[in-house]
Amino acid sequence: MSQQGTLHRPMGVSLMSSKEPLLRVEGLKKYYEAENDFLSQLLGRSKTVKAVDGVSLEIGEGETFGLVGESGCGKSTIGRTILQLEEPTAGSVYFRGQDITKLSSEELRNLRTEMQVIFQNPHSSLNPRLTVNDIIGEAFEIHDIGTESERDTRIKELLERVGLNASHANRYPHEFSGGQLQRIGIARALAVDPDFIVCDEPVSALDVSVQAQILNLLEDLQAEFGISYLFIAHDLSVVEHIADRIAVMYLGEIAEYGTPEELFTPPQHPYTEALLSAIPEADPRWDGNRIILEGTVPSPINPPSGCKFHTRCPKVIPPAGYALEQDEWRAILSLRTRIDNGNIPLDQFSGDIATAIREEYDIPDTIPADVDRILSEALEAVAVDDFERASSMLDKELETPCAVHNPAIRSTANGQVACHLFDDRYADGTVYPETTREAN
Amino acid sequence: MALLEVEDLTVRFYTEDGVVKATNNLSYRIEAGEHFGVVGESGAGKSVSSLAIMRLIEDPGVIESGEIRFKGQNLLELSAEEMRTIRGNEIAMIFQDAETALNPAYTVGEQIAEAVRHHMDLDDAAARDRAIEMLDSVGIPDAAERYSDYPHQFSGGMQQRAVIAMALSCDPDLIIADEPTTALDVTIEAQILELLEEVSETFDTAIQLITHDLGVVAEFCDRVMVMYAGHPVEIAAVDDLYYNPQHPYTVGLMSSIPRIGDTRDRLQTIPGRMPDLIENPPGCNFHPRCPYAEDVCARREPPLVNVETGDPADPINSDSQSAACLEHTGDLLEGLDYQVTVRGTDESTGDAASTDGGVSDE
Ligand SMILES: Nc1ncnc2c1ncn2[C@@H]1O[C@H](COP(=O)(O)OP(=O)(O)OP(=O)(O)O)[C@@H](O)[C@H]1O
Ligand code: SF4
Ligand code: SF4
Ligand SMILES: [Mg+2]
Repeated sequence: MSQQGTLHRPMGVSLMSSKEPLLRVEGLKKYYEAENDFLSQLLGRSKTVKAVDGVSLEIGEGETFGLVGESGCGKSTIGRTILQLEEPTAGSVYFRGQDITKLSSEELRNLRTEMQVIFQNPHSSLNPRLTVNDIIGEAFEIHDIGTESERDTRIKELLERVGLNASHANRYPHEFSGGQLQRIGIARALAVDPDFIVCDEPVSALDVSVQAQILNLLEDLQAEFGISYLFIAHDLSVVEHIADRIAVMYLGEIAEYGTPEELFTPPQHPYTEALLSAIPEADPRWDGNRIILEGTVPSPINPPSGCKFHTRCPKVIPPAGYALEQDEWRAILSLRTRIDNGNIPLDQFSGDIATAIREEYDIPDTIPADVDRILSEALEAVAVDDFERASSMLDKELETPCAVHNPAIRSTANGQVACHLFDDRYADGTVYPETTREAN
Repeated sequence: MALLEVEDLTVRFYTEDGVVKATNNLSYRIEAGEHFGVVGESGAGKSVSSLAIMRLIEDPGVIESGEIRFKGQNLLELSAEEMRTIRGNEIAMIFQDAETALNPAYTVGEQIAEAVRHHMDLDDAAARDRAIEMLDSVGIPDAAERYSDYPHQFSGGMQQRAVIAMALSCDPDLIIADEPTTALDVTIEAQILELLEEVSETFDTAIQLITHDLGVVAEFCDRVMVMYAGHPVEIAAVDDLYYNPQHPYTVGLMSSIPRIGDTRDRLQTIPGRMPDLIENPPGCNFHPRCPYAEDVCARREPPLVNVETGDPADPINSDSQSAACLEHTGDLLEGLDYQVTVRGTDESTGDAASTDGGVSDE
């Protein structure tokens, strides 16, 4: 579970203080019921996908807030939930101080004139049967804005403003290129003169030269109209370019946030560091160290305990009292995760099973004797198919705070980070009982 | 003789809307073990040129002229049967969309075993073992177990690994990889590129990598061809291409990408967009978007020339940097004038490495 703070401000009190940001998200959660087969329904074992699991953030007027992370980490869900296109499971979204999760559908519709969205795929997000005029004018229709001729004038203005020809108004989407369609999508969002736009991967489908045009356009519009953006993208270099502040997400939670400078200055959250190092640098002379993360993002149905990144983290804290090197501990912990999940196909191993397992899962032969003894014992249990015993043995003897406590977001010299490495109490790998944790 | 020599390859599609000039007089070579990059925007003709090598251009497409010599043999003269053997055994292809490269109705293992059985003449059990080995070697954990998974049970990154395993099963000398990592997250992309790097080193496999991602090219490729509107506009060693580009389009591409640590407020852009390949602008195809275009550019088509000498380029026999811009044939009055800044995020220096790429006569 998330331990992020939820400071509930009493409603109705000083809604528009000067400190109040344009948008404030608190403890936002969005869970989906995973597809359940008949049997698990019958047995009441429904599964929950924790797409967004306790996210808090603030976006100021005229600010661009970047949200990055790998596919499936919950970026788009946050965007949709903020817009109230989906109902949050928990948490609040304050827009100009008002909790918009509690609005009536009438109020929500009015809110659409202040909050808009631009999607990744302009081909599928624009109705192919409508002319550009109708696509952009739809909002005027819905909100009953202006007379016919006022609308026409406004549409022409908008088209020119986003770099298209006013004469394009009567054409259909299929007559445009991807970049032009994205401009139409932007014009549609601008039509109602919003203060806030969620841009969900607005340039990922575009070629680099067109991508640059659209990024510049978004920045110009912001400068002109003071719009705030929530800019969602998987491409860290695009986000770094456009955002004032950035949040890095992993499995439904925020791992780190700060300004681009803060985020890219070490020390960072180990996930941010890995993500950053994975970006191929457009410089053939670059020879930085690439951190290759093992495996893929775990399923959000049954996410790892403690810090959700601990199953892949290259800096996961070693257990107290042993002289384990980082790579040794990483290999042991990954094997332990497998054992916890019963994910070792015993029938595929022959000969001495314990040895075969060590070999298959690349356990270094350098690990210190005391740890090796524990591991041997656990593997013996695995060999006789007693995963539970192996698992509890390893959990008890070789525990890391990373697998027990979910790190809270804390301020560091470089932005805010959710990682025990930034918490002195965990420096020696001791796992403190939950009760000694500072209240947050 | 290089492993692959493509000479004057011209491919056209005869569509209802008109003739699509997908590639025009394309010439390049790839040496054994070399990583050759093909970059350009969507619709530039990158995929068509690769499909042509595999002889997979379908109606209404026609390979109009040219030669594709693989180990000295012109692939365009082979019978369909001979070509199938080459495709299976010596040249393999990896596509962007791994999911469509795998048949959803068969397990991943079966599909690899099938390929192996085919190429290595093994019995079922041996083919199975070999397939498991292959899956293991491309980093699929619990390969023996995952052998019986269907494609949909694999994540995108794992599917791409399986496709690579299949490509490797025949021990090819050349892999053509068309945007192999475009659909993947950066962390998975890094894994796949490392895998391709390893494979090509171990087996001395040449790789033609098609991508629009200038980061991937910089990291992976030895030499690069930049395509614009069906034409090769620049061919160069990767270092020259980034630090000393000689075609205005290459320069435009380089300056339109956001780079981490870059403090520019605005990105430089190339105005407009690439023409469709039915009605190419006359003269230099790039002239409507080129900041250096002069009158002559709309009249004269720039030939691909050696940028040092101005002589016609010979991309098959020579390594010289070549570009197709009238600057290099001395036909421009004003000339080109630009500066290229490649900024690495190497903390040790933190400096901007700056190269004067200007080739204007002083
Ligand atoms: N089967 C086909 N029929 C008609 N035209 C085609 C066909 N296949 C490709 N083309 C055309 O050939 C040209 C080059 O296409 P190609 O697929 O090689 O581009 P690309 O550089 O690979 O682009 P992308 O980056 O989008 O993959 C395009 O104009 C395309 O529309
Ligand atoms: S808390 Fe532990 S596992 Fe999580 S990022 Fe920090 S070091 Fe890694
Ligand atoms: S030939 Fe003219 S238009 Fe073409 S790239 Fe050179 S300067 Fe630009
Ligand atoms: Mg292509």
